[in-house]
Amino acid sequence: MSLIELRTWDLGLAAGLVLLLAIMSWRLHLGVERRVLIAAARSTVQLVLLGLVLKVLFELESLPWIGALALFMLVAAGWEVMARQKRRYRGLWGMGIGTLSMFLSSFSVTLLALLVIIRVEPWYQPQYLIPLLGLMLGNTMNGIAIALDNLTRHAWEGRGRIEARLLLGADWSTAIAEIRRDSLRSGLIPIVNAMGAAGIVSLPGIMTGQILAGSPPMEAAKYQLLIMFLISAGTGLGSVAAVWIGSRRLFDERHRLRLDRLR
Amino acid sequence: MAGLRLEGIRPKVLEPVDLELAASELVFVAGPSGSGKSLLLRAVADLDPHEGEAWIDGVPRSAMAAPEWRRRIGLLPADSHWWADRVGEHFPLEIPGVAGKDLDAAGLLSRLGFGPDVLEWSVSRLSTGERQRLAFARLLSIGPEVLLLDEATANLDPGNRDRVETLVQDYRRTRNAAVLWVSHDPEQRRRLDGRCLVIREGRLEPES
Repeated sequence: MSLIELRTWDLGLAAGLVLLLAIMSWRLHLGVERRVLIAAARSTVQLVLLGLVLKVLFELESLPWIGALALFMLVAAGWEVMARQKRRYRGLWGMGIGTLSMFLSSFSVTLLALLVIIRVEPWYQPQYLIPLLGLMLGNTMNGIAIALDNLTRHAWEGRGRIEARLLLGADWSTAIAEIRRDSLRSGLIPIVNAMGAAGIVSLPGIMTGQILAGSPPMEAAKYQLLIMFLISAGTGLGSVAAVWIGSRRLFDERHRLRLDRLR
Repeated sequence: MAGLRLEGIRPKVLEPVDLELAASELVFVAGPSGSGKSLLLRAVADLDPHEGEAWIDGVPRSAMAAPEWRRRIGLLPADSHWWADRVGEHFPLEIPGVAGKDLDAAGLLSRLGFGPDVLEWSVSRLSTGERQRLAFARLLSIGPEVLLLDEATANLDPGNRDRVETLVQDYRRTRNAAVLWVSHDPEQRRRLDGRCLVIREGRLEPES
């Protein structure tokens, strides 16, 4: 089993399929041809760039540069979380809540994996650190975005119910407890579903990649399991942090619901 | 024994309000819609950020936690909101000792025209009037020392309106609770014989 290298021509053939999809969308008036093409172009540029950057980083093995890339990934994920919110927090909180929660969860879980579980030497070896962190960020990003969006939307719509509880003497935490629980649940559902369906409905991405790259299936399965467990833990941790900080920010020190902090 | 004093309370659309209600005093507030009556009550209950200070029984609001303040001055908003499925889930499990014998939940409910089985009812099948009366019962069941009522009888038929009015008057007398009542109904203001204030051009003044 060895890696069969892809030629440019092979990729071009696959890209032709996307072009076909765009033409079909145009002929059938689906109206998504522009978005398909732009997304395909974006992913091409981004992945080629990432490949180049990783190639350099793998050769350098320098902690400051790896740290810079990790920080860049974190900020990009924080931006993405904010972009997916219907009602955003005003000011720095808009990006801050998501970014901080992802930092707390993704970075700590990635460090745990590198130091304790995989025991990479040195721990910042980019071949392990960057892909792991990317996976963690990508997945916690989804969970956090969904959880935060649920929290702010339901708080916005449920103002009357929240204030009714406040008026009867509840503290802020009790007044928003149910909304908080529902938001957390909705943030965790995608990863829980993915774990449940893994291996039956779909061959998960990491396992697929490793098998294509020539790893023995059992090794690929073990890595897939490791990653899934890490992702669930990270998503859970991140969503809890985001929902806790987010719901706290919805109230002030006099336990008033401050929807004016959203926009 | 609870009076209410407001000093410089300033909701968004009003001039600063100074007002003193003696224990067991009834004060009506009238004024065109949008004049800020509800905002005034919300400010007293500390639901919106605003300037000013309020005292209950001489104790300043800033000296106690907001939840405690809101328990002591009970605000009944014009629209009632319900967060659980059954009516009973909105009532405290144990009525605090301050509520006394005459104010147990069942007694409250029967005085507002409900049987004890109302606690098992589903909130979604309540009519607007039932919601309004049950919201009032829910508020009294936590035993507030002052009442802030926002159009408490607006959706009620005359029979139920009388029930609510009688209950307010009794509560006021037996508990010495000051009552600040936003009411559009001139008949009601005359019938219950309270001090009448009106909001004109953003100022709270005695009704002439």
